[in-house]
This record gives sequence, C-alpha cells and structure tokens, in this order.
Amino acid sequence: MNEAVVLKAPDIDFDTPQLKRHRNVRALKDKVATVSIGAGGVFVIVAVTLIFFYLLYEVMPLFESAKVEPVAEYTVPGKGKTKFLAMEEQAEIGIRIDDLGAVTFFYTENGSVHSQLNLPIPAGTTITSINEGSAGSQTLALGFSNGSGLVVQHQYKITYPNDVRLITPQLVYPYGEEPVTLATTGSAITNIAVRDNEELLMLAGATDSGDIFGSLFSKEEDFLTEEITLEEQDITMPQGRGKLVSLLLSPDVRWLFTTNEAGELRMYDLRDRANPRLNTEVNVTEETKVVAMRFLLGDISLLIADDQGQVSQWFPVRNEQNEFSLEKVRQFKTDGAKINQIGIEERRKGFFIVSEDGQLGLYNSTAEREALRENLLDKSIRYATLAPRANYILMETEDGQLHFWDVHNEHPDVSWSALWAEVWYENYQEPEYVWQSSAATNDFEPKYSLMPLSFGTLKAAFYAMLIATPLAICGALYTAHFMSPALRRKVKPVIELMEALPTVILGFLAGLFFAPFMEANLPGVFTVLMLIPIAIILFGFAWANLPASIRLRIDDGWEPLLLVPVIILVGWFSFAISPSVEIAMFDGDMRFWLENTAGIDFDQRNALVVGAAMGFAVIPTIFSITEDAVFGVPKHLTYGSLALGATPWQTMVRVVLPTASPGIFSAVMIGLGRAVGETMIVLMATGNTPIMDINIFEGMRTLAANIAVEMPESEVGSSHYRILFLAAFVLFIFTFMVNTLAEFVRQRLRTKYSVI
Amino acid sequence: MRISVREWTAKGDPYVWMNAGAVAVSLVMVIGLLALIAGRGLAHFWPHAILEADYLNQDGKSMLLIGEQVEVESVPADQLRSGGVEVPPGVNFMDRWLIKTGNRDVLGADFRWFLADNIRNIRYPEGLMTLERREWGDFKGYLLEVKEGDTTVASGEAAWDEFLVRLDRALDLYDQIHSIEKTEIGSINYTIERMRLRERKLELEGEKTPQAMADIEAIRAEENAKYENLQQDLIDLYAQINRDKIVARAMNGDEVEIELSKIVRAFRPNAMGIGDKIGHYFSKIWEFVSDEPREANTEGGIFPAIYGTVLMVIVMSVLVTPLGVVAAVYLREYATQGTLTRIIRIAVNNLAGVPSIVYGVFGLGFFIYFLGANIDDAFYQEALPSPTFGTPGLMWASITLAILTLPVVIVATEEGLARIPRSVREGSLALGATKAETLWRVVIPMASPAMMTGVILAIARAAGEVAPLMLVGVVKLAPSLPLDGNYPYLHLDQKFMHLGFHIYDVGFQSPNVEAARPLVYATALLLVIVIALLNLFAVGIRNHLREKYKALEM
Repeated sequence: MNEAVVLKAPDIDFDTPQLKRHRNVRALKDKVATVSIGAGGVFVIVAVTLIFFYLLYEVMPLFESAKVEPVAEYTVPGKGKTKFLAMEEQAEIGIRIDDLGAVTFFYTENGSVHSQLNLPIPAGTTITSINEGSAGSQTLALGFSNGSGLVVQHQYKITYPNDVRLITPQLVYPYGEEPVTLATTGSAITNIAVRDNEELLMLAGATDSGDIFGSLFSKEEDFLTEEITLEEQDITMPQGRGKLVSLLLSPDVRWLFTTNEAGELRMYDLRDRANPRLNTEVNVTEETKVVAMRFLLGDISLLIADDQGQVSQWFPVRNEQNEFSLEKVRQFKTDGAKINQIGIEERRKGFFIVSEDGQLGLYNSTAEREALRENLLDKSIRYATLAPRANYILMETEDGQLHFWDVHNEHPDVSWSALWAEVWYENYQEPEYVWQSSAATNDFEPKYSLMPLSFGTLKAAFYAMLIATPLAICGALYTAHFMSPALRRKVKPVIELMEALPTVILGFLAGLFFAPFMEANLPGVFTVLMLIPIAIILFGFAWANLPASIRLRIDDGWEPLLLVPVIILVGWFSFAISPSVEIAMFDGDMRFWLENTAGIDFDQRNALVVGAAMGFAVIPTIFSITEDAVFGVPKHLTYGSLALGATPWQTMVRVVLPTASPGIFSAVMIGLGRAVGETMIVLMATGNTPIMDINIFEGMRTLAANIAVEMPESEVGSSHYRILFLAAFVLFIFTFMVNTLAEFVRQRLRTKYSVI
Repeated sequence: MRISVREWTAKGDPYVWMNAGAVAVSLVMVIGLLALIAGRGLAHFWPHAILEADYLNQDGKSMLLIGEQVEVESVPADQLRSGGVEVPPGVNFMDRWLIKTGNRDVLGADFRWFLADNIRNIRYPEGLMTLERREWGDFKGYLLEVKEGDTTVASGEAAWDEFLVRLDRALDLYDQIHSIEKTEIGSINYTIERMRLRERKLELEGEKTPQAMADIEAIRAEENAKYENLQQDLIDLYAQINRDKIVARAMNGDEVEIELSKIVRAFRPNAMGIGDKIGHYFSKIWEFVSDEPREANTEGGIFPAIYGTVLMVIVMSVLVTPLGVVAAVYLREYATQGTLTRIIRIAVNNLAGVPSIVYGVFGLGFFIYFLGANIDDAFYQEALPSPTFGTPGLMWASITLAILTLPVVIVATEEGLARIPRSVREGSLALGATKAETLWRVVIPMASPAMMTGVILAIARAAGEVAPLMLVGVVKLAPSLPLDGNYPYLHLDQKFMHLGFHIYDVGFQSPNVEAARPLVYATALLLVIVIALLNLFAVGIRNHLREKYKALEM
C-alpha cells in the first residue's frame, strides 16, 4: 500500500511575541556592540594620539612671546624727582626714593601710601645718585651733593596674623647712619657703586668733573656678639677722564668699569690696591651717545644702552695666558628711540628697556631673544622697575604718572639660537654648544643647547648601527637564503629571544662587565675584530679543500654551526694574546699609550661599549625584518636565476638583493629608530657627559638618557621642564617619521611581491 | 679535489662564508651572553671554599689571609710597576687574585686584590666559617667561644654545635620581632594615619561633629592600646634575642664579639659535604626569591621587586587587554577599510617604535602632574599638601605601560583577526547570526590565541621596560608592598620596586658595587628567564595557531 508521504513544513510560528522579543534583543545587542566597539576603538585611537598633542601642548609655551596688561595707573606718591623705584617679592608694596631723601612705601595696586620715612641725609644736601648692589640684594648706595655716600637696605618682613599675609617694609642701615665721605673735594657724587660681600664693603663714586673716589672697608666679625666692625683700607682709584655715565664694580672688587657719553668703556684692574691699572679701553659706540650701563644678573655682563635704541652686552673674557679683555658679546636693536633706562631681572639673565617714545622691551641675553617690544604708552617712560619674580612692572612716565602692569614672560630664556646655535656664555672664551641645565647658585646662566645631546644621540646610534647593520643584514641574508630549513627553525627563535632581552640587562652587562673587560683587554677587542673575518675566510677555504668524504657529511646550509667553534677559538686566542700585544705594541698599557702617544682621550664607558651593547639590541630588529623581506622574495625568481646557471651568490646579489632592498632599507630605518630612542643602555654604559666629540673612546649623553636623568628633578612648568618635553617631542617625531617611512616602503614592497 | 683560490672566489663562496659567519657571531653573542648571566648568577649561591694562606706584603712582612677567591687576572707587569708595586725585572705578567675577605667592619673593605706570587701555603681548614650578618656584610674567621651574657657556655670544638642551636633560637626570635614590627605595628600605624585623614576630611567638609570625633578617638584609643601591648612584647623579645653572642677571630687577629641577633646565617664551607652544599645552595636561592633585601639592596633577597613587577604587570594587562582588543576589533571588523584606517593602522604600528622614555615623559606630565593633581584636589583633599595620586605610583606606572604596550596587543589581535577566513564569518552570518553574535561566538574565540600572544608579548615587554618606570613610579626601596592586609588592600597610589630598576639601581647606584654584583647577575638571570619563558610561550601559541588555521586557508 502506497501512501504518499506528504512533507510539510513544520508548523513553527516565527512571530510569536517571545521570538519577536528575542529578535529585538539580539538586534539591540548588535547595535550596542557596534556603538560601544566603535566608541571604544575611537577612544583608544584618540587616547594614543593624545601623546602627540600633549607633548606639543607642553612645548608650545616655550615659543610664546611675552604679554603685558595694564593693572593700575596713579600719580607718583611722594614729592620730588624719582631717584629709585623697586618692588618687593610679592609685588604688593613698592618703594620710591626721591632726590630730597624721602622714602615712600606704597601699595602698587592703587598707589596709596603705606608709610613714609626720611633718610638721614646731611642737612642741606640732596641725593644726587643711587645705585643698587647685586640684583636682589636690596642694598642701595646713595651719593649726596656734599660728596659723601651712605649704604641703606630696604627690607620686608612677612607675618601672617589671622592667616592673612602682612608685609611690613623697613629701612636698615647695616653700617650706621653716618655717611662716608667719598669726594674729598666736597663736590656732588653723580655716580655711585657699591659692593658688599662677606669680607669687604666698597663704595666708589664719581663727581660731575669725572674724578673717581673710592672707600674700601674690610669686615671683622666679633666672635661673641657677631657684630661687624668696618676697618678702612687704603685704595687708590684711577685718574678721572671726564664726566661719566656710569660706574660699576665687579663682585670681587677687582674690576672697575666706567663709561662716558662718548662711549668710551674702560675696565680698570684694582687688584693692586695702590696702583690701579687700565686693562681695556674700547669704544662701544660710533656716533651714538651712551645713556646707561648696568650689570646683568650675576654681575659679570655689562649692558650698555645708547640714544639710538641699541643695547650691547660686554663681558671680560679670559684667554689662555690668563689675561682678561672686554669683549662685545651680542647686540640688541630696538626701533631707534632713545633708551631712558635699562633694568634687569633678578632671577634670569633677562633685562628690559624703556624709551623716550613710551616703548617697553623685554629681552633675554643668553637666548638673544626679544620676548616683547611694544609701544605701551604714548609718553616717554622715565623710570621703570620689574618685580623680583618678573611678573609685574612699574613705569613712571614724564607726566608724573605711575603705570602698574602685569607681565607674563614665562620662557624668555629659550629660543632657536639658544637651543641649536653656538652661544657665548659668561666666563667662556668663545661661543660654544653647552648643555648644563642647573647649578647651585642663583645667578647661574642655564645652558640649554640641545646640540651636544643630539650629537650624542646620533653618535651612539651611529656606532650601534656600525656594529649591528653588517652583522644583522649578512646574518639575515644567510638565514633566509642559504640556511637549511631545519637550522633556520632553530635560529629564528634564538634571534627573536635576543630582541626580547630587556635593555636594562644589556646596559648592566655593558657597564659592569664589558666596559672594564674592554679596558683591560683593549688590544684583544681589536684583534678579535680583525681576526674573525680572516679566520672565517681561511676556514671556508680550508673546508672547500677537504676531501669530499668529510665535506659531504655536513649538508649545505649548516656552515654557521661549523663556524661557531672557530669563532670561539679565535675569540679566546685574541684575548689570550691581548697582554702580549699590549706589551709588544703599546708599551704594556694601551690605554696609557692612547692618551699619551696617540693623544686620544679614553673613558672606560665609551662609545665603543655603547655601540656594542646597543648594536646587540638593534641586531634582532634589523635581522627579523631583513630576513622577512629576503625570504619573501618569490621563489621562482631564485629558481629561474639558478636554472640559468648563476651561482647561489650571484643569484643573491643580482636577483634577491635588488628585489628585497626596500625591505632592507626599512629594516635599517626601524633599527635606527630603536637606537636613537634607547635609554637604559646609554644611561648605564656611558658616563653621561654631554660632550661633542666623535672619538670612539669617549662617552656621550643622549636626548633619551638626559630625560631620564634630569626629568625627575626638574621643576614643573619651568623652562627646563619644557625643554625636556621638547627633547621627548623631538625623539617622538624623529622615530615616528623614520618608522612611517620604513612602514610605507615595506607596504610598497609587499604589493610588489604580490604582483611578481 | 683541490680548489684554487680563484675558482673559490669566483663562485662567491667567501661571501657566503662571511654571511654564515655573521649568523655564527650573532649566535655566539646571544648564547655567550645568556651563559655569562647564568653562570655568574647561579654561581653566587654556591658555598665557596674559604682559603687560608700567608701573604707576603710589600714591606716583606707576612700576614694571614682568609677569604674566598673571586677572580684571577693576569696583569702586565708595567702596569703594576707604574702603580708602585715592586716587580722583579724580566717578568712581563703577574697573576693577581681578587679575594673576598669579608669583615668590612674590621678591615675596611671586603674585596681586595692580592698578587698570586706572594700567596704562600694555601690551605682550607675546616674550622673557618662564614657568617652572613644583617649589617657590615660577611664575617670570615674562626669561632672561638659562645657566650651567654658574659659567661662562656662553650668554646673550642664544641662551640660550633652550641652556636648553631643558639642561632636557630635567635633567628626564630628575629622572625617574631620582624612580624610584629612590620605587620602588626605597620597595620596600627596605617589605621592611625587613616584616622588622621578622616578627621581632616571631616574638618574640611565642616562636619567635625563630636559624635564623629568620638568614633575616631575610640578607634585611636584601641589602636594605641594594641600598640602598648605589642611594645611590651617587643621589649621582651629584644631582651631574649640579645642574650647570646659569640667571640670570633678575624684574619688580622682581632677577636670580635658578634651578637647572635645580628647574624642571618652561619656555615663552614670547608667542612661541608657535597650534600650539605647542595642543600645550602637551594636554601640560598629560596632566600633570594622570597626574602627582603638587606644592606642597601646588596644582600638578601629580591622578593619585593618580584612582587612589584608582577603586580604592575597584572594591573597593566587588565587595562591593556580590553583596550587593545576593542581597538583591534574596531579597526578590523567595524571601521570602513579606507585610506584613513590604513593611516591609523600604520600610526598605531609605529607607536610601537616610539622610544619608551617618551611614554614616561607623557605619563609623568599628563597622568601624574595633570590628572593626578586634579584627582587629589577632588578626592584626596584631606591628605594635601602631600600628594596621593599626584605623585608617581603603581597605578600611573601600569597605565603608562598599558599605553606603551597597546600597539603590541592591537597588532597581534589584528593579525589574528585577519587570519580568520571570510568564509567562516560569512557562514555564521548566513545562518542568521548578527554581526555581534558572529564576533562573539565565532571570530573572537578563533582569534583568542592571537590575543593571548599579543598580551603575553605585551607582558614580556612591560616586564623588561625600565626607562619610563623611572619617571612614573619605581623606587629603590619601598617600605611596604603595594598589596597587603591593610584596607583597601591594593594600594594603587604606592610606589613599588621593580626587577629591572633593581638591576639598574643596585648595579649603578650602590655604594658597594663589588659585593652587589653577583646579586645583580642573579636578578638579571631571573628577569631573563621570566621574559624568555613568556616569549617562548607566545611563540609556541603563534606556531600552534598557524598550524591550526592552515586547514582553513583553502
């Protein structure tokens, strides 16, 4: 009986509410996944690019110019002509001294008077000159119209009653209120200078006629009361030569600088107290008139301003014979209006000028940078002063108004020339590239030249590449092309393992094992370098001449294993004969011989050690990429070449190498990127001295190592901090570009292979 | 069959041999380096024989020399002559021995060079002992007597056994003291500090009510009471541990008294059999991996460094795995494959080549000084001005390394995803699965070994990275472990110790480099082993994966 089997679709309802809900949930999940993975992916990529923008964000402020904004304007507090104007640390209270001897302390924000004092000036006289000692010392020398002078200090006491800062200004007379007679002739002192240090106090003054007078006191401290008594010493001052614009004393009271309107700058040597000697006499200007001269912070450099808006910087330079001469170091130009005054910063090698046409200029001497030049006021600015932190400026215009302005001048000490050009630093004989970011003293001139560091980086990378490139490329060529597959499977993981070795271990071995070893066996190192290639060739030739019965026992492609004992033997031999070589050729001590006979300086941790250690780190990088590129060369090309009768080596040189060369290029590039950025090896295997010398036996400091050394100590937001960020940024950009180039080349190559 | 030079050169064989030589040199370098580290690192723990000899000084007088031979070096005689040493004429080389004499407190230095020619009558008496001490390094010399207070309890031959018994007791007591000081008092101090912060917080929030203060005071009183008790226990224990001391004679004849509480370990290597030596060897290795460092990290173990490294790597992997996988999945599965994606891919790839120190600078500037300072302002106001997260620490170090290793994970995962044939995905989609389901049930399981590879490589890289960590969180000596028994247990804000940094610090910043060197080799060996294992593991997974998917690629 035949019954038709009727196949019927199972009676399933796909649209039950349950299934519908299920489908909706699945659709929703899909949507959620899409959105969240999209968001997550984009977030990660954005977060990674953040590095670039953050570095840039930290670096940018370095290149911003200064900004000033008005805060307040008021009439000059007090009477008479302003002789001196200054502010205390917080820029809350200002001090003004007028020619009548009145001292007015006032609030800078509105000009209201805090207190007024009178200086103990002799009756019937006026103040004819005021000069400040070292910047920030708050010590003033006053010159009076009767030929005498007085030392006074303005001090500020800070207390916190009820947690509110209260500043109390006061005047102190460290050496009494009795003026010292300077000009025995009794004529007015129109220029005065003061030096006050641990052992000495010196006052020097000049009169209108140009006569120079000086009083020198030695200080003696009473052991019990710690009271200081002054004892006058004899000192003869040089003959005057006409009216002066300015008179300055160096901190050690050895040099006396004078300048007159005609621009004759003289430097006198006062070391011989009885016989002052004229050391240098130069003309600082040609047709213009000198209007002011001041010391820069540190009291080494002289800044000389003229009536054509030019400022030049001079300082004494010592030559090999230990003789000093004044040299012009650099010059700054403004728009040509007469400069009324130069002022200096108390924390940096910076200065400012104010001029006849209401112009303010902010400069930095080391960086040779004009941070700001702006016509702020349409009136002549007669006198101006910067707050100690250089964040406010007070300017007095000719109409008797005081202008209180806010100054934003964070990084004037950084400029293209400061970072990359030779700079003539104070106490240096000539312009040089120097990196020295900090020192113990306050008036230190930071030296931010990135040249020695970049040079060190490239030097380390160069020696590393010198060692790594031939080894890695040759090794990769052999591994990819000649080596038997069985050995290749063993060798590749070993080289990959080499890549994974932490660089801190390589650096440690380089610094603590290889560097002393090399120092002790210097001839051995060079013998190894010479003997190994020779030994390999000789062994190869000898092998080729062995009877076939022995030769054929080893398959082609296993040669490296044969060579391993040869290399070990040659290495051992080289170091074994190293002492004998040292005696035979280098008088028993190669290091000594290098330094004395060959004149080559030798550091234990030198570029050769770094090159070897970093070469070791770079070899696997170059090796793997080259090997991939060579191995990837389509086999039919090789077979074709071999079939046409080319030897394996000819095939390698004429067919494989040209095809794979872009890959090898990118391998070298990536290796270079790694060598440039490597930190730990360089940190541990060099002395980290930032010198510029190509000598293989000397150390270096690289950008990366410098960051590791100095970053933890650097003050957040300071120029130094930002320059270290700049160094990181430079490294980032450099490696990124190099890698991108390499990657690009590699991608092109891959396309090419797929076409062939 | 003779081959002439010309024929041989014409075939290009010399070049092939040179290339083979490059491979051989590289292999010799790698294996030599590993052997060097292994040899130096492992030899350190072996109990070396102590030699005794008569040494003829420059002035012709003989002195007793006791110590371990560390190194032999052949020096050109000229070098010695220029150093003021009298060398008979006609001699070109002289051997000199570096001998670890120990006894830094008595002799001033514990490593010294001696001319081999002047070392006479070398002998290895069984009575010579080495004492490892908590300070001043090793002591080497003869045990004379054991004292309890001022009375001698044993001397001569019997002294050694008596000494060992008493040393065991002292070590036991020391462990008790250490546990009280470190764990219990540490926890009390921690609680008290938390109370101070809580009080300050209440004050800042203006909620310093008497009720809240009473709670705080109660806890404080309780902790103080506990502290008083412990203090009493400690005094007792100290009295007990200071009971015994020994008298020993050093190489210059000085008889010194050494308190047992100052001794960590005592042994007589010359009297040890091979079994004893092996036992000693493993016990030293155990001490190395499980103990805390002593004497400015130059002695003892490196446990905190291992701990810190592992913890940092774990936190880092927890962060980097999801981020890297999500980014890779996005790039490969969701993003439109256009020029932009290609550029992003190249950029991500290249980030792996950016120097690690740059990441350190970024971490310091962005995470610590910017994010950390803001977190402190918002949540840890009470601890200011001392920063909580505004200073280098475990969390920032982990995050910085996570960013550093992100490209590794992304690249490996992408590679894994790319390896999965289209047909598999399409099959899943054709059966009605949504894209998310395909991804979750089919693609990710198949790609998971690749992700594993990526994460393992990331871990291997992170474990060996030091330069960025120097800026964002490691210290040479951390007072406590970042994961301990005090609430909240995991202290992400704390600084930590790290194996790699330990190598740098002990090798280069240590006052006694000579004494520290073997430990640095041992630390390096440990680090190399860990990293090599991780890498081999990753390579293994990768190879396995390739085999597995070969069948699919048709």
